Amino acid sequence: MIAPTKPDLVTVNIDGKEIAVPKGTNVIEAARLVGVDVPHYCYHPKLTVVGNCRMCLVEMGMPAVDPATKAPVMDPATGKQKINWIPRPQIGCGTTASPGLHIRTQTPQIKDCREGVMEFLLINHPLDCPICDQAGECKLQEQATGYGRGYSRFIEQKNVKPKRTQLGPRVTLDDERCILCSRCIRFSKEVAKDDVLGFIDRGSHSTLTCYPGKQLANNYSLNTVDICPVGALTSTDFRFKMRVWFLKQTNSIDTESSVGANTVVWSREGQIYRITPRQNDEVNDTWMADSGRELYKQVRAADRLTVIKVGNLDSTLDMAVKAAGEIFKASAGAIAVVGSGRNSVEEQFLTKKLAEALKASTQLVSRAGTGDKILVSADRNPNTRGALVTGLISALPTQQLTGLAAAIDAGQIKTVVSIGEDLTAAGLTAAQLAKISIVYLGTHVNATSTAAKVVLPTYTVFEKSGTFVNQQFRIQKFAKAVPAPAGATDDLVILAKLATATGATVPTADLAAVWKTIAAEIPALGTISFNNLPDTGLLLDQTPWATLPFVEGETLHFKPAASAETRS
Amino acid sequence: MAVIPVSRQPLTLLERTYLPQIAGGLKTTLKHFFSPKDTMEYPEERPAIPAGYRGVPTLVFDPHGREKCVSCQLCEFVCPPKAIRITPGAITPDDPAAHVEKRPQEFEIDMLRCIYCGLCQEVCPEEAIFLQTQYSTTGHTRADFVNNKQKLYELGGTLPDAHFKWDKKKAAEEGGNAH
Amino acid sequence: MDFSFYFNFPLWVRLPLQGLAVILVLFPLAAACSMAERKISAWMQNRPGPNRTIAPIIAWIPGMGILQRLGIFQLAADGGKFTFKEDPVPGHVNKFYFILAPIIAMIPALTTVAVVPFGAYISSAGQLTPVILADVDVGLLAVFAVSSLGVYSVILAGWASNSKYPFLGSVRASAQLISYELSMTLSVLPVFLWINTPGSHGTLNLFDVVAMQSGVGLRWDSVWFGFTMPVSAFIFLVALFAETNRQPFDMPESEADLVGGFHTEYGAFKWSLFFVAEYCHMIVGSGVFVLLFLGGWNPLPGLPLHLLAGWLHLAGTPLLMGALGIAIFLGKVAAFIFFFMWVRWTLPRFRYDQVMNIGWKKLLPLAIANLIFYALAIALIQK
Repeated sequence: MIAPTKPDLVTVNIDGKEIAVPKGTNVIEAARLVGVDVPHYCYHPKLTVVGNCRMCLVEMGMPAVDPATKAPVMDPATGKQKINWIPRPQIGCGTTASPGLHIRTQTPQIKDCREGVMEFLLINHPLDCPICDQAGECKLQEQATGYGRGYSRFIEQKNVKPKRTQLGPRVTLDDERCILCSRCIRFSKEVAKDDVLGFIDRGSHSTLTCYPGKQLANNYSLNTVDICPVGALTSTDFRFKMRVWFLKQTNSIDTESSVGANTVVWSREGQIYRITPRQNDEVNDTWMADSGRELYKQVRAADRLTVIKVGNLDSTLDMAVKAAGEIFKASAGAIAVVGSGRNSVEEQFLTKKLAEALKASTQLVSRAGTGDKILVSADRNPNTRGALVTGLISALPTQQLTGLAAAIDAGQIKTVVSIGEDLTAAGLTAAQLAKISIVYLGTHVNATSTAAKVVLPTYTVFEKSGTFVNQQFRIQKFAKAVPAPAGATDDLVILAKLATATGATVPTADLAAVWKTIAAEIPALGTISFNNLPDTGLLLDQTPWATLPFVEGETLHFKPAASAETRS
Repeated sequence: MAVIPVSRQPLTLLERTYLPQIAGGLKTTLKHFFSPKDTMEYPEERPAIPAGYRGVPTLVFDPHGREKCVSCQLCEFVCPPKAIRITPGAITPDDPAAHVEKRPQEFEIDMLRCIYCGLCQEVCPEEAIFLQTQYSTTGHTRADFVNNKQKLYELGGTLPDAHFKWDKKKAAEEGGNAH
Repeated sequence: MDFSFYFNFPLWVRLPLQGLAVILVLFPLAAACSMAERKISAWMQNRPGPNRTIAPIIAWIPGMGILQRLGIFQLAADGGKFTFKEDPVPGHVNKFYFILAPIIAMIPALTTVAVVPFGAYISSAGQLTPVILADVDVGLLAVFAVSSLGVYSVILAGWASNSKYPFLGSVRASAQLISYELSMTLSVLPVFLWINTPGSHGTLNLFDVVAMQSGVGLRWDSVWFGFTMPVSAFIFLVALFAETNRQPFDMPESEADLVGGFHTEYGAFKWSLFFVAEYCHMIVGSGVFVLLFLGGWNPLPGLPLHLLAGWLHLAGTPLLMGALGIAIFLGKVAAFIFFFMWVRWTLPRFRYDQVMNIGWKKLLPLAIANLIFYALAIALIQK
C-alpha cells in the first residue's frame, strides 16, 4: 500500500475567508471547512456528483487578469486584485476548488435562488410531516426552515403519486415525497453494485422505480433509506415505529463480521428501534449491511436466557458461582475453556485469566462465511483478533473442536466452560456433552445451555460497553445502549467471580480497572485505556500475527495482508 | 419610614362593656342564619364551565368519524410532565382511512402526571387533541388514572373540522390529479 | 297512674335503672347538640351543613329525605365513627391517667343531672312533685360541687398527655374554671337569699327555686328571677360560658395557639367522651340557668305549669303533666343551647389575659356588689 503523498493544496476564498484545501475538493466541502453551510440534497460526499437538485448554488468569481498581458487587474477601490464574478450562480457540488477561486454564499441572489429551489421542491411535496418517519432528520424540513420563503404561493392541486411502493423486502417508497435527488440510484450502482433503481417518465411525472422484474433486495438496500434526504425511502422495519427525536443514540459496532462497521444504536427507554451506520472513513465510510441492522432483535428474543440455573433449578449468581467453583474443584486439571470471538477484548482477557487460574486449555470457535467484498467479511466473529491480541489463543481457531472432542472421549476433559459458544454446533455430540459438566455463559438458549450444569445469562453487545479488534487490527469501542433484562449479569462480573472462586486474583469487573490490568500486562495495548480510545478506533501493530492465515478477503478499506495473498 | 401617629377615639363605657358589639354580632350571624345558602351542592349542581377552560385532554373524531390523531407524537414530545405515551401504528390498506397511513395504536395520558397546560392541544398539527370541559378524574388505582385511547375518544367525541385536509387528499388521489 | 311501685323496688335495682336513664337521656341529647352545632354553624356561614348521610336500608321510607337534609343520620355516622375508629394511645403518655381522664370527665357531667328537676306533676297526694332523680335539699350546691370536679379531668388529661400543648391547655383550664366559679356562686346567692325567707327552713333545692317563680297572675312571686335579678343572671350566664369552656372562653382548647388544648393527644372514643361531657355540661348548665332565672317548667311568667295543666285537663294525669313540664323545660333549655351556639359562631375567642382580667377584675367585683345590693334590698323587703 502506497503511503498517500501530501496533497497539493489550493487556496480559495469563501465568503471572504481564505482557506487552503486539497486539490479536487469541491466547493461544498471547502465551505464546510471554513464553517459555511452550503445547503444541498443530491450531493453526498461518498457518491458521485450529479448536480441535479440545484440547492447548492453559489456565486463564483476568479481574480481578473488582463487578457493580453496576463497581468493582474487591480481594483483601485480596495487595492486588491479585482474579482470577475460570474453573473449566474453555479452549483457548489460540481465546482472543484481552483487557485484563487472566490465564492459568495450569502448574497441576495443566492438567497433568491435557494428560495426558488425550495419553492419548486415543496410545490408537489405532500407536507405530511406529522406522519412522515423522516420528520426530525429531514433535509427538506431543515432547509425549508433555514432557506425557504416561509409561505406557499401554490394554490393548484398537488401531484398524486403512489404512496406505498415496496421497492424491496426492507424498503418502502413514498413517491410523493421524493425530490428526485438520485442519491439512492447512485448508491445502488456505485457502492452496492446492484444497479436496480432508476427514474422513469419526465417532468413532474418522474418516478423512482426498480428495473422491471427486479427488487431493491441487496444486503445494502437500507443505506438508501439513510441517505434519502427526505422521507421518500423508508425502512419497512422502522416505518411508523417511533419518532427519531425520542431516540437516544449510542455508538456501537456491528458484530456480524470482522469488518466491525461503526454503528449508531437508536433506543428509547431500554428498547432499541433501529441501527444505522456511523461514519468511519477508515472502516465503513457511511454504510453498513442490512443484516447488521437486524441484530438488535436478539435483545428481546423469546429464547433469551434470563434465569440463572444450577442443575435445572433457578439459582442466584453467588450460588451458581459457588456451584461452578465446586465443579472446577472436582475436575481440577481436566477443564477446558471455550472462549468466544464474539466477546469483547476485556472479556477475552478475563477469560484468559480464568483459564490460567483453572490451568485449562483454551480454544475458540471460528465462524466462516462468504465475504461480500463490501462490508461483510468471511470471518463472522467480530473479535477473533482480540483473542490473539489478549493472548487467549495463539493460533487461528477452527470451526470444529475436534481436539476437545477427542479429549472428552479419552476422559481427559471432564468440565468445559463455554462462553456463549454452542458446543454442538462446534462438532461435539450430545453423548460427549452428557459426559462432561458444562458451565455456560451466554445470552440465548441453545443445545449447550440446555445441557449445562450451570447456566449464567450474560449481556448482548447492546447492553454492555467494550472493545473489538476488527480485521484491520483496529481496536474500536462500543457503548451500552440499553439496560439488560433482569436476571442477566455482565460477562465481566461473572468471569471475575468465577476466577475469584478458583482463587485467582483478577481486577474488579469494571472497564477502567480491567483496562488498567490489560495495559499493564499486554504490551500491544499498553498505551490504551477505554476512555482515551477515539471513536474511530485505533490501529494496532499487527506484525506479530502477520503470518497467520486469516480467512478474510478484500472488503471496503481492507486488503488482506501479503501473507494471505501468498497463501492463495 | 415616616411614623404617622393615629389618634384612637377613647371607647365609651358602653363600648367597653363589649355588650353592644356582641349584640351587633349576634344580629349579623342571625341574619346569615336565615339567608340563602351559598354552597353549590356539587354532584347534583355543576358549575358552568367558562369558554377556553382547560379540562382533561381528549382525542376527537372529525365529523366523518375518522380519528384525527395520526400519532405524530409531537404532544408526547412537548408534554412537560411526560404524561403522554403513544404507540404509533400503521393503518391497514383496507381501512377507510388508509390514505392517512398512520394512527395511534395506543394512546395513553397519565392524568396523575398531566398538569393541564394545554401544550398538547397547542402543538397538535392535526387538531386532534383538545382540553375539553371534563374536570373531574376519579379512580381507585393508579392504573385508573391512565386514560387509554378508547377512554380518550369517549371523552373527546366529535369536534368540527374546518379543513378536512385528509379528505381533500383522498379526493385528489381518487379523482383529481393522478399521473 | 301511680309510680309508687317503682319506689318499692330495692335500691340495687333502682340505681342502675336511674343511671341508665341518665345515660340514655344525656347521650342522645349531647349527640343532638353536636349535630345542632354543626347545622347551626353551617347556616350561620351560609352553608347547608351535613345533609348527605343516610343508611341505605331506610332511604326508601318517605320523609327520610327531609331528615337526611337535616343531617339527622350524621349523628349515627359520627357515633359509629367514634366507636369503631382506631383509638391509639401515644407512647409517651401516662397510660393510666390518660385513660382515666375522659372517664372522670363523664362522671360529673352525668352526675349533676341527677339533682336537676326536669318538670313537675301533681302526685296522688295532690302535691306538686318534681320530676327528678334525686330530690335533695342541697340541690344547687350539689351541682356546683360535682360539676367543678370536671376540671380534674382536664388537668389529668393535660398532665397525662405528657406534651406541651395539652399541658398548657389544662393549666389554663384549671385557672379559668376556678376563677369563674367564684363569680358564678356569688351570682346565685341573691336568688337563695330571696327564697329562704325568714322563718322558712333553709333550702338550696332547685325545685323550691322554681316554686318561688310559679305565682299565678300579677303577683310578686310570679316574676321570674331573670327579671328581678338581671345582673345576677348576666354574671351567671358569663360564668356559665366560662365554666363550660364555650366560646369565647374556650381557653383549654384554643386551636389557634394550642393545637387542640388538653385533648390534643386524644382521638376516637376517648376524645368523644370529652366531647359528650362538654355538651352534658352545657345541657345541665342551661337547665340550671333556666331553673334559676327563667322559671323552670313554667310556660310564662304568671302562668305556672299547674295552671296550664289544669286548663288542659292534664292535672289529674301525672304522666302527661310531667311530660308537658319536661317538654316546656327542655324547650327552654334547647333555646338556651341555641344561644350558646349562636354566641360561639359569632364571637372570637378572648385572649387568655383578657379571660383572667374579666374574671377577676370585672366579674368578681360586680358579683360582690350585686350580692351586697340584693342582700340589703332583700333584707329591706322581707323585713
